[in-house]
Amino acid sequence: MNTFFSDLYKKANTGFWPVVIAFAFLVVGTISVYLNPRSLFAFLTLLTTPVILYFMKIDTKVKVFIGLLLLIVILPVLGIRNIFYLEVIFQMAVFSALALGLNIVIGMAGLLDLGYVAFYAVGAYAWAIFGSKQMSLLHSIPGAAPANAEFFLDARWFWLFIFLGVGLAALMGILLGLPVLRVKGDYLAIVTLGFGEVIRVLALNLDKPLNLTNGPQGITPIQRPPLPGVVQALGNALTPLVGHVPTEAEIYNVFFYFLALIIIGIAIVVATRLEDSRIGRAWTAIREDETAAIAMGIPLVKMKLAAFAAGASFAGAMGAVYAANRTFVSPETFSFQVSIGVLTMVILGGLGSIPGVIFGASAVTLLNIQILQNFSLYLSDLRQSDAVIPIINFPWKNLSNQLDPAKYQKLVFGLILILMMIFRPSGLIPAARRQRELGDEKEAE
Amino acid sequence: MKQIAANPVYKFLLFPVGQIILFALGASVILSLVTVLLAYLFKSNFIDFDLVERIMLILPQVIINGLTIGFVYSTIALGYTMVYGVLEFINFSHSEIFMVGGIVGIQLMAYFEHTGALATMNEYLVIALAIVLALIVSGSLAVIVERTAYKPLRGAPKLVPLISAIGMSFFLQDLVRLILSLTTGEFNVILPKFGTYDEFWKLAVPGMEDPLRIQIKSALIVGIAILMLVILNFLVNGTKVGKAIRAVAQDRPSASLMGINVNQIISITFLIGGALGGAAGVLFALKATKLDPFSGFFPGLKAFTSAVLGGIGNLTGALLGGLVLGLLESFAASYLGIFTNGAFGAEYKDIFAFAILIVVLIFRPSGLLGQTVGQKA
Repeated sequence: MNTFFSDLYKKANTGFWPVVIAFAFLVVGTISVYLNPRSLFAFLTLLTTPVILYFMKIDTKVKVFIGLLLLIVILPVLGIRNIFYLEVIFQMAVFSALALGLNIVIGMAGLLDLGYVAFYAVGAYAWAIFGSKQMSLLHSIPGAAPANAEFFLDARWFWLFIFLGVGLAALMGILLGLPVLRVKGDYLAIVTLGFGEVIRVLALNLDKPLNLTNGPQGITPIQRPPLPGVVQALGNALTPLVGHVPTEAEIYNVFFYFLALIIIGIAIVVATRLEDSRIGRAWTAIREDETAAIAMGIPLVKMKLAAFAAGASFAGAMGAVYAANRTFVSPETFSFQVSIGVLTMVILGGLGSIPGVIFGASAVTLLNIQILQNFSLYLSDLRQSDAVIPIINFPWKNLSNQLDPAKYQKLVFGLILILMMIFRPSGLIPAARRQRELGDEKEAE
Repeated sequence: MKQIAANPVYKFLLFPVGQIILFALGASVILSLVTVLLAYLFKSNFIDFDLVERIMLILPQVIINGLTIGFVYSTIALGYTMVYGVLEFINFSHSEIFMVGGIVGIQLMAYFEHTGALATMNEYLVIALAIVLALIVSGSLAVIVERTAYKPLRGAPKLVPLISAIGMSFFLQDLVRLILSLTTGEFNVILPKFGTYDEFWKLAVPGMEDPLRIQIKSALIVGIAILMLVILNFLVNGTKVGKAIRAVAQDRPSASLMGINVNQIISITFLIGGALGGAAGVLFALKATKLDPFSGFFPGLKAFTSAVLGGIGNLTGALLGGLVLGLLESFAASYLGIFTNGAFGAEYKDIFAFAILIVVLIFRPSGLLGQTVGQKA
């Protein structure tokens, strides 16, 4: 049976077949999503296309063409028809950037960082504090804001704050790194975890003596950058495809989608270039054997700090984008669970593997906000029907309505982490270097 | 002298109890002196009230609170430190094992309340039964966790079992939540009211106007914790199994060559550590009166901090570290607000522990009591 499938795969992976298959998925996926904007299955079909593109032997030019067609034309159009998909893709992009950053720290340099969400929070709160009315409310009690407060900065400053987010997060990374880098492996994990909690507790409590973060209520409204004219024009051009004139909110969603796409693009380029650079090889050396790395003349502290700073900067940039996209930040967004979520993405995809990490981020995000939700809806549908569970003869009606998969993300994260560690520690799409070095079987021992 | 040291009553009862009392008193006295000294230094900054007087007024209560929570931390920290001593890895899911113990204990009391037995039973018997149940459940859970999630990963790079442990911690949190919501419809468990242990003993202290008020609960927690610490000390230092545990912690391959079944000893370590954690969970539940599946996280982290503070892998260190951390936290929670005039208050006590952890790791990574078995590799 197994050989049958592998033969089939080999046959399908030669000649022009891969292109045909990729196009088939693209076309079928697009049409079915266009006709059934709510169907999860249709959406998954469409999302299989990039996976096929990655794995099958297709001419690079064709790959790029299909990929761009999907990302730039098809997804925005479908996204405006059902705004939820754009949200899903946006979150995928945000978490891919976070996972790429964390991958530098854990996957490349081998430093386990459990407080990664702190850097994300720093970027988000930087724009939240300066891009909202918060600076004018520093001396007022949280909740009792005067209505006539002014926005502190013009919305156009947002562009600067993306870069400021990068800088601030990198700085925080270095500040965290300086004291804790003397600490090894598992201690480092706990200290970074503590750091993440410190940032969250600060965000929660810095509403006095100066009202910087507005405490648990969070900051809102946060300004969005003014739309560039190009995006507006693009939105109008889409009218015939979408079926109605896109509203400003929809255009904003498309805009943030493209912004996230650009940042992801930059992140991928930076991460790839770093991996093969002098610094990247130094990180690998440190990860494999610190003592040997020092003996080879690698400046240990400098390289570790560089890893922390580079990893953090990705999160900082995405933080600023996230704050503007939501127009709201609160400490709850930056809980420990998010750090572990991003860790799960990196582990699932493959430590140190850039395509793997993006795949992991997309898969976990999709699971989180769509598959589990759909499963919950499906269960609640079953509960209202008269059906019974076959073998044990238990009526669905009596199933407790506490059994709601969408609420149990931690359970899913935990399971993924344990199972991956036991059965496939190098991830679903392992890093090329690790494969060359060890092969999966050896590492699993 | 040698004869006294060899006397079992001295070795397994008087010495450890004396050590505990010494640690508790020493840490309280030193911290109080430092605080009062600070109060004298900053006295001139506060015009509308006498800083020293205000601090002295609540000092006894602060110390009692600190010692109570400190003993709970010590009991949890022993679980971390034992596992670290044997396997050199942070058992991240220990905080959940602790939480399970607390929840199981409360559920037992709630069951007694439901059947109506709670009103007629002796309250101390109820607490003892809850602790015994928590010991059993948490101990077995710890062994199951070790067998399923850690044992297959023995010998893997260091980060691998740690990540698995983090996953296990998350998994257990939501699993307990799922079980509680499926069976009871909600996942907060509340300690039923019974008995008189919530009341206060009033001790008249010569030289003070108000009598010193000690909650019976606090005395109970401290007493039970000391009892368990003494038993643990006997287990580790006085029995053959304890000897085997120490041998495995010191050198696993050699211990294995000497005919010690290493896997079994590791499981027993988890059993003892988990059981202690479960009992600590019941004690914590008595103090907190309300638990949910996520309430193990912070006490767990603080207990880990205590273990590091005392010197991880070192049992006495974990005890001292827990006491010091509990006291520090209690002092910070009560006095930070007074010293900073309300700008920073008790809400920062959670991150206070992390600050201590970072400072300890930078300046004295081997902890207060030094010489660890950790960081061998």
